[in-house]
Amino acid sequence: MLEMKNVGKIYRTELLETHALRDFSLSVEPGEFVAVTGPSGSGKTTFLNVTGLLETFDSGSYRLDGDDVSRLDDDARSRVRNRKIGFIFQSFNLIPDLDVRDNVEVPLRYRRMPAAERRQRIGNALELVGLASRARHYPAQLSGGQQQRVAIARALAGDPAMLLADEPTGNLDSLMARQVLDLLEHINSMGTTIIMVTHDPELARRAHRNVQVIDGQITDFKPYEAPHAQSGHAVASVSA
Amino acid sequence: MFDYDLKLALRSLRRHIGLSMLMVLAVALGIAVCTITFTVYHAMSTNPIAWKNDRLYAVTIDSWDPEKPADDEQPEMPPEQLTYRDAIALHAADIPERSLVMFKSERVLNPQQPGRTPFYTLVRVTHGDFFPMFETPFLYGSGWDREADAGPEPVIVLSRETNEKAFGGENSVGRTVRLGDNEFRIVGVLDRWEPAPKFYDLNNGSFQEAEDVFIPFMWGETLQLPAVGNTNCWKSEQIESFGDFLNSECVWVQMWAELPDRDTRERYQAFVDNYVRGQKAGGRLPRPLNNRLFNVDEWLDFYKVVKKDNRVLIGIALLFLAVCLVNIIGLLLAKFLNGAALTGLRRALGASRKDVIRQHLTEVVLVGLAGGVLGLLFAVAGLAGIRAIYGDTYDRYEQLTRIDPVVVLVTLGLSLLAGLIAGVYPAWRIGHTSPAVYLKTQ
Repeated sequence: MLEMKNVGKIYRTELLETHALRDFSLSVEPGEFVAVTGPSGSGKTTFLNVTGLLETFDSGSYRLDGDDVSRLDDDARSRVRNRKIGFIFQSFNLIPDLDVRDNVEVPLRYRRMPAAERRQRIGNALELVGLASRARHYPAQLSGGQQQRVAIARALAGDPAMLLADEPTGNLDSLMARQVLDLLEHINSMGTTIIMVTHDPELARRAHRNVQVIDGQITDFKPYEAPHAQSGHAVASVSA
Repeated sequence: MFDYDLKLALRSLRRHIGLSMLMVLAVALGIAVCTITFTVYHAMSTNPIAWKNDRLYAVTIDSWDPEKPADDEQPEMPPEQLTYRDAIALHAADIPERSLVMFKSERVLNPQQPGRTPFYTLVRVTHGDFFPMFETPFLYGSGWDREADAGPEPVIVLSRETNEKAFGGENSVGRTVRLGDNEFRIVGVLDRWEPAPKFYDLNNGSFQEAEDVFIPFMWGETLQLPAVGNTNCWKSEQIESFGDFLNSECVWVQMWAELPDRDTRERYQAFVDNYVRGQKAGGRLPRPLNNRLFNVDEWLDFYKVVKKDNRVLIGIALLFLAVCLVNIIGLLLAKFLNGAALTGLRRALGASRKDVIRQHLTEVVLVGLAGGVLGLLFAVAGLAGIRAIYGDTYDRYEQLTRIDPVVVLVTLGLSLLAGLIAGVYPAWRIGHTSPAVYLKTQ
């Protein structure tokens, strides 16, 4: 699904260079649920931005779903983002003056999808997150947990190969956080790969595999063991 | 995708309604000032008989003082008008398809109708070719023929307004009116005819109304009608009678010739030059040979119908629009960057740079169009204000301050262009912002 080899990312200013990622290598298999942990400033967000094609990188290579996406131009990156990646953010990032339905519709619009198909996908996504009855509500009329579920519906509506979640429960109380995590696990069980950045060790434990990032490098990982006793199926390889 | 862009643009404008209104207002003010200035300029600079521009020629010869030019500001130019005897001599040529000489006079017209009192009229004393040459529209009847010119026959053409005043607008062809002490038979009534500028006689203001009545040229001499236009003399002469005046070196008669092609024009130019050479041989016209045929555009330019001030005003108006645009660029930048987090989010969800730029330009175009429409309304109000203030003083202001379809189209085009100019940079800037920067701040 995802294969990064020796990826390097440097932020440069006139006075200093910051190596946000150094020789960063990671493979993630289809259907995996990977938690990325690490202290603040360790490079987690840069990793997520590079993985989500929101930022370019300086060295190394990156293959996503079998395609080399290392040196795509902006248009092509946008297309890949739109079709293969779904984003879930800590602060939900819903558009406040669009209702739930219109929020979920956004990525589908940029895919130039016909209206009928959009309607169907929006309906399915909202059914999955249990918010079909709130389609005409605005974000401000929803609880935090509901807003995050709308964001998940938006990420899923385009049927992406991979979900990138950045502290998805960071702004939620424990009950809502549990509900959201249950939902993510359910989505993962249906075959969607999930990479989740989190500070929370408890959340990280619920992933199939943990990857710890410090100073832009992977320092520790727990090998992937596929659910249902598929032991010995080492599908993740990490080097730093 | 256009419907989506439009929906987002409208939503964005509504979200920041105060800012949106400010931008629309800025465009509207710039456009209104430009439209008002352009309307007046357009009306002033229009050739009202452009389709005959290369057929109609004002005829001039340099009959002025050997010591100095007729116009110090344009020393290379001959005087605008002719002496009476030169005009008569040049009119005798049969080279032009049509030709006329003329001047403006005045008389009291008595309709000789019960209940209708005599009134003052401006009289154009001219040849019958005046009407077909300048394509004057007729409500009733027609002009007169060359026999009537030669007579001269007591025929008269009334303007529409004069006919309304004298006969209540009825078909008055065949009736008689008294002009001064003489009876004239009405042969035609003009329909509304307001050439602006008044190209055929620019001597007394470029935007005066056409005359009230028209009579054959030879009546001028027969009735010894005074010229009320400009009369300019350079030579010290004893003028004690009307005959002396006609034979003087004073210039006061206008002449036009219709020359359908280049060959005719060249032959006529040669004829005029030969005439002047003949006069020189007889001791007249001492200045160097400088006889010119002006087409209508050149004639309007010669008379400086559009003054330099008007062109400067256009420049100032465009500068004002530029200032408005610079302000709008600032406002748009602030607005778009304020919404950069949402734009970053849309980019994360799959919007390309082109999508983002197009979406923002749609918003800008809406601002431009709304500003254009509002600006047009402001312009209409502004022009109405000018009419209200100056309409009584300058009778042609109504015509000069009328917005025509060309101006409307130019205005809307200009506002669209203004919006795009103002919006391209902010839209480009927001389109090139890295989406990742704003996602954390959403």
